[in-house]
Amino acid sequence: MEGFAPKASSYASQWDWFFFVLVTVSSIVVATVFVAIVHFSIRYRRGVNARREPVSETFSNRLEFSWTAGTALAFLAIFWWAAAFQLRDFVPPEGALQIHVIGKQWMWKIQQPNGVREIDEIHAPIGRPVQLIMTSEDVIHSMFLPALRLKQDVLPGRYTYLWFNADKPGVYHLFCAEFCGTSHSRMTGRFVLMTPTEYSRWSAAQPEADNLARQGQALFSSLGCSGCHSKSSSVPAPDLHGVFGNPVQLSDGRSIIADEAYIHDSIVLPEKDIVAGFAPIMPSFAGQVSEEQIIKLVAYIRSLSTERHP
Amino acid sequence: MSETVSAAEPGKAPEESEQCESYLEAGGHTLMSWLTTTDHKRIGILYAIAITFFFFIAGIAIGLVRLELMSPRGLFLSDDEYNRLFSLHGIVMVWFFLVPSIPATFGNFFLPLMIGAKDVAFPRLNLLSWYVYLLAAGFACYAIVAGGVDTGWTFYTPFSSLYSNGNVLAAAAGVFVAGFSSIATGVNFITTTHMLRAPGMTWFRLPLFVWAIYATSVVIVLATPILAMSLLLIIAERLFGLPVFNPNDGGDPILFQHLFWFYSHPAVYIMILPAMGVISEVFTCFARRHIFGYAMMIYAILGIAVIGFFVWGHHMFVSGESQFANLMFSLLSFLVAVPSAIKVFNWTATLYRGSISFEAPMVYAMGFVGLFTMGGLTGLFLASIPIDVHVTDTYFVVAHFHYIMVGGSVSAFFAALHFWWPKITGKLYSEAWARFAAVIMFLGFNSTFLPQYIMGYTGMPRRYHVYPPEFQAYHVLSSMGALVLLTAYMLPLVYLTWSLFHGKKAPANPWRATGLEWQTPSPPPEYNFEEIPRVDTLPYEYHPENQGGPFRPQGKVIGGK
Ligand code: HEC
Ligand SMILES: [Cu+2]
Ligand SMILES: [Cu+2]
Repeated sequence: MEGFAPKASSYASQWDWFFFVLVTVSSIVVATVFVAIVHFSIRYRRGVNARREPVSETFSNRLEFSWTAGTALAFLAIFWWAAAFQLRDFVPPEGALQIHVIGKQWMWKIQQPNGVREIDEIHAPIGRPVQLIMTSEDVIHSMFLPALRLKQDVLPGRYTYLWFNADKPGVYHLFCAEFCGTSHSRMTGRFVLMTPTEYSRWSAAQPEADNLARQGQALFSSLGCSGCHSKSSSVPAPDLHGVFGNPVQLSDGRSIIADEAYIHDSIVLPEKDIVAGFAPIMPSFAGQVSEEQIIKLVAYIRSLSTERHP
Repeated sequence: MSETVSAAEPGKAPEESEQCESYLEAGGHTLMSWLTTTDHKRIGILYAIAITFFFFIAGIAIGLVRLELMSPRGLFLSDDEYNRLFSLHGIVMVWFFLVPSIPATFGNFFLPLMIGAKDVAFPRLNLLSWYVYLLAAGFACYAIVAGGVDTGWTFYTPFSSLYSNGNVLAAAAGVFVAGFSSIATGVNFITTTHMLRAPGMTWFRLPLFVWAIYATSVVIVLATPILAMSLLLIIAERLFGLPVFNPNDGGDPILFQHLFWFYSHPAVYIMILPAMGVISEVFTCFARRHIFGYAMMIYAILGIAVIGFFVWGHHMFVSGESQFANLMFSLLSFLVAVPSAIKVFNWTATLYRGSISFEAPMVYAMGFVGLFTMGGLTGLFLASIPIDVHVTDTYFVVAHFHYIMVGGSVSAFFAALHFWWPKITGKLYSEAWARFAAVIMFLGFNSTFLPQYIMGYTGMPRRYHVYPPEFQAYHVLSSMGALVLLTAYMLPLVYLTWSLFHGKKAPANPWRATGLEWQTPSPPPEYNFEEIPRVDTLPYEYHPENQGGPFRPQGKVIGGK
């Protein structure tokens, strides 16, 4: 955690550049206003001889018009620049490493893709895109990784995402940035960036390194999902192969892409989206499955669509 | 334009009408005469006393917080105590000081005077507003005494509605009730401005302070009900379990943020527009020059008031809002900054070819322009989505809005206080002390909040009780600045109180200003003017030629009868 405002990605470096250009522009504006005020204050202070006749109407109108148009254009330019910057890196590239994050008062629970669990620590490799898939078990938290210049609120009942491609190994801060109660300021941790080889060595060395999808598969039968959702079942329930990532036709005519949030809600709020052609007989598992178990179930259902890619 | 009516020798004519009793005399000196008054001037003073009390309560709270933050592990508070103190600071400062500050005190006192009216349109409603404010304050005090509330001033759900163990209900009820007081005052001011302008006081002859208070009132009346609704929903969920924000029952936790900021962003303008009005009055008077771009200043006020309603989403760039919404809110936030920038340029240009003197109100006002500009420019940083993503919920944001709310609004409050003090009390304060306090305030302010920008940029989250040691240096600097600032805030309390008893008697128009409020004795008589003034000119007809020489008051009332 050495250094002043350490940066761990090329995005963070570009961010800093943008930030300091804005600081420079602002300083120039402040200096200009300041110099003008001081200059007028001296030149036109009471008791000093100076020209004081009124300025002409046309002159002041022109002045007014030009600084209005000038500021408007300058602001639009900054907006444009910022928006372009924002949109360029918004969508994560294919094949990002997915790390699940659950916030709860007052800790971070992390699930690595290979099933390794961490508390208040995220280990991640540099040199490849990594995506955080986050949700909360109680109030709103916010995942703040200052070394990456990134932050994203973590919401109950919803998934939010953050992705990055870091390039500098090291240990950095991880903060909760949204006030969440008593120990909010202690909901912090370590963000550990490692080279890919170190990272695989690290994850292999962890206990319970059974992969998430496999753990999900075990849950799928122990919770009784397979009783309905299997080829041999007598209950009419949709086959979950190939569901994830594809559009689902719903009974009310809508069609939505089956993403994490959809699978999540299918489990805890099944009556929200009913698959077309099926009766709403699936029971809600709210209160019976934890967010961690849901992550595993989602990983399993995802693996049914991407068999070759665990 | 060309003919300049040489004003009455400052302070001479009105003094002749000694026979008329001032509002401080009329009605008597008893406590009852104050508690049952319907005189807008006395009500303004009642508000001033109440908000000063709350200003210091909230100030003490944050003083303790700053002391605690001297050490990265904390010094003497528990996590919960810390959370309750900063929440108390925020809630009380926003709703019990800043929102009513300039409008309910100086607005109340001077809006009728400046438009040449005898009182506001609904004097009894005006008094009721104050009592409603006290009732609200009662709830807030109860919440504080009964152990405090730990939600921050933002009351985010589902924390506030389901998880907090503080006195959320009492605090929310306090803010809810305070809203009614604001609305009543707003309605009163709008009606007053529409109905009670003196003959000849057309819309485009209104002083900018009046325009600012008018626009603020419109924003108050339109926005405050939304706050009331969102607080009611919190109360309903907390008390009766109505599942509005609770996602486990299908509620939407983000909905609250939309409702809250739909009020609270305009509320920022409720707090800053009146300040802008004050600065316009002061700049033009001490520069002895017609305000530069009077019409443009009005359009800027209206532009801010209108666009201010459409930018609330800029508080939610990291909440999971869609990117498209983020972009629109970002664009609109840049747009709303344009009129603010124009105002800064216009104030600066007002000095051009003026005949400037630097009495205390002017020193405070110049401090305002500097601090407001720095706060406003960092607002552009926050309107840029990628920048906001990193610095939101850090000390950068804290510094930004304190530059606007404290550097801006509170400086303007002091500018107004010093500008109008002679009129309100009939007494002159010590110029030297007042200027000294203004300078100390400016320096103390910057040493408190500049370090916060830097630590926010390096990633120091806000609302943190304990923090990594690398931020300590900034916290210590900031806390020492806060001590200076606190001292600076105590100074006016002392020298202004002193002036009440030992100050020289103020003439009717000590600053040789053009506004109608100066064309009546200091302090004004009960019904403001002996005769309703007749307005025959634009505001701010100052003529700097002969060393700040002649000026033309907006209307003639003096020597009436
Ligand atoms: C009582 C039988 C039953 C059980 C047990 C059951 N489901 Fe379902 N499930 C259904 C039915 C019927 C549907 C289709 C109707 C609907 O959408 O609710 C469905 C729909 C789904 C869908 C949406 C499928 C699509 O094609 O979009 C998912 C995902 C799902 N279930 C996952 C699970 C999981 C995970 C479990 C175990 C925790 C589970 N189900 C347990 C009967 C069941
Ligand atoms: Cu938190
Ligand atoms: Cu805002």
